[in-house]
Amino acid sequence: MNDTAERPNRAKPELEQEHVSIQSVLDVQEKSAYQRFIGNQSFWVTVALVAICLGMVWVEPRFATEDNFYNITRNFAFIGIMALGMTPVIITGGIDLSVGSVMGLAAIVAGSVLLAETPAWMAGWWPEAAWAHSWWMAVIAGLAAGAVVGFINGVLIAYVGLPPFVVTLGMLAAARAVGVILSGNRMLYDFIPDADTFKIIGGGQNFGFDLPFRLSNPFLIMIVLTIGLAVVLRMATWGRHIYAIGGNEHAANLTGVPVKRVKVQAYVLCSLSAALAAILSVGWSGSANNSLGATYELLAIASVVIGGANLMGGEGTAYGAFVGAALIFVIRNSLLMAGVDSNWQGIFVGAFIVLAVLLERIRGRRRE
Amino acid sequence: MLLELRKVSKSFGAIKAVSDVDLQVGRGELVGLMGDNGAGKSTMIKLIAGNFPPSSGEIVIDDEVVHFHKPVEARGKGIEVVYQDLALCNNLTAAANLFLGRELKSSIGPIRWLNHAAMNRRAGELFGELKSETRPRDLVRQMSGGQRQAVAIARTRLTDAKIVLMDEPTAAISVRQVAEVLDLIRRLKDSGITVVLISHRMPDVFAVCERVVVMRRGRKVADKPITDSSPEEVTGLITGAIHSA
Repeated sequence: MNDTAERPNRAKPELEQEHVSIQSVLDVQEKSAYQRFIGNQSFWVTVALVAICLGMVWVEPRFATEDNFYNITRNFAFIGIMALGMTPVIITGGIDLSVGSVMGLAAIVAGSVLLAETPAWMAGWWPEAAWAHSWWMAVIAGLAAGAVVGFINGVLIAYVGLPPFVVTLGMLAAARAVGVILSGNRMLYDFIPDADTFKIIGGGQNFGFDLPFRLSNPFLIMIVLTIGLAVVLRMATWGRHIYAIGGNEHAANLTGVPVKRVKVQAYVLCSLSAALAAILSVGWSGSANNSLGATYELLAIASVVIGGANLMGGEGTAYGAFVGAALIFVIRNSLLMAGVDSNWQGIFVGAFIVLAVLLERIRGRRRE
Repeated sequence: MLLELRKVSKSFGAIKAVSDVDLQVGRGELVGLMGDNGAGKSTMIKLIAGNFPPSSGEIVIDDEVVHFHKPVEARGKGIEVVYQDLALCNNLTAAANLFLGRELKSSIGPIRWLNHAAMNRRAGELFGELKSETRPRDLVRQMSGGQRQAVAIARTRLTDAKIVLMDEPTAAISVRQVAEVLDLIRRLKDSGITVVLISHRMPDVFAVCERVVVMRRGRKVADKPITDSSPEEVTGLITGAIHSA
């Protein structure tokens, strides 16, 4: 950007500057709201999203159907929820590669609690008759599994000081393995009758209300979480500290930000969001599979980065994660409808990540 | 005595950065701390600011022996620091940096949220007092060296600090801004705040300080009123041409 054009106040000669009231300078903002809006990556992703949708409506009549809208929004909700959880972690300059495996683990833990019979590996010490649980116990167990994984990640990263990439890569392998062991490497589907409530949470629509439109529960939950995260990042001290850690961790530490605690909280939140996505996914499909969420970490991270977050930390928004996930899924859906082999999708998703980082790099260079 | 160092030493492995330093600073004093690179000035500041505890010796503030392990603890005792690298977050606004770690909040019952308007307003007032054209809503990334300095210095004015430690506050700014920063340092002193100024710039120290302390290789080699010294003597002390004074 051309600095001199934007800062008329500073262009004044030295002598004259003494007569400019300081208050008048203080009230000026560096960039107008409009300029910041235009300079925002999530704005351009939104434009691309709308353009693709309009294009698809024009060429493909099946795209604009209510059913297709319902399916796309539900499918991207799972990734969107994970992307929202990933956002604070990426803003702090970290990354969480384990979310896909956390999904598999949380699905198995929640599914085990819902089972009509005692899981095989437990039968020896937990009597058959006592294995009678409620749907909410399954929800809590699944979330707790996620929280434990996030806590381990967070402590190893913040307190032990290991690189996030290494810790969460290790957790990617470990959490998946625990899921496979707990499930006895079988799909869990023989659920108690109470599991119907569980299934409605993930598979139902409109939160059970009778409304003139049809939106899946996971999508509605994601909308609520997007608004929630946006408010927290903007209005809460915690959000301010997340950005500060990403901007200059050393400075954050010196000014008294509880850096380590905040980081642990970010990783716990990230894993919790993956566990929530798993619980909704199990409810929707009616079964728990230990392979759930494999490679989803890539989609979640891609969503956040496409939405304008900086992998070096310091930047990112809740809306960016939302619209980034939406763009990925609309492109996937469009490619499917256009008859492109689904095996090709990875190439497009991969290309979009690189493109997004490239755009960020170009914008960063202009700023300097 | 407001601040007292008794036989303070600090080693990093085999390197003794500060050895057996005694220092006394009274209320409202303006002390210049000088020395070459690696003489132990920054380590001294970090000891007082609570970045790490001394290897031996004790630090006394208001006749109370203190043991700081974190900067926050020192801040709780009224010690504020302006760091050499300024410790600012480039991705946040001036106001956000100013209030980092002690944000102003509004609340209804248990729900508390950031009061952006109040922070921007207060930041504007503080920058106004410092006569700095720093705008509270600007990102620090887009600021000049002098403006960054103003943000870092304004931080020390948020609370009723007793001691302000300044690590090379005039190192990275223009000549006109140096005069502003020196004015500010005088204003801090006039309002009864004790200032310890670390600087390489001889003219700055001789312009504002009342007393000069010189460090060489981790030891204190001089501690005398500025009127009894001269830039030539201090230069000699720093380089080792004069052993002590």
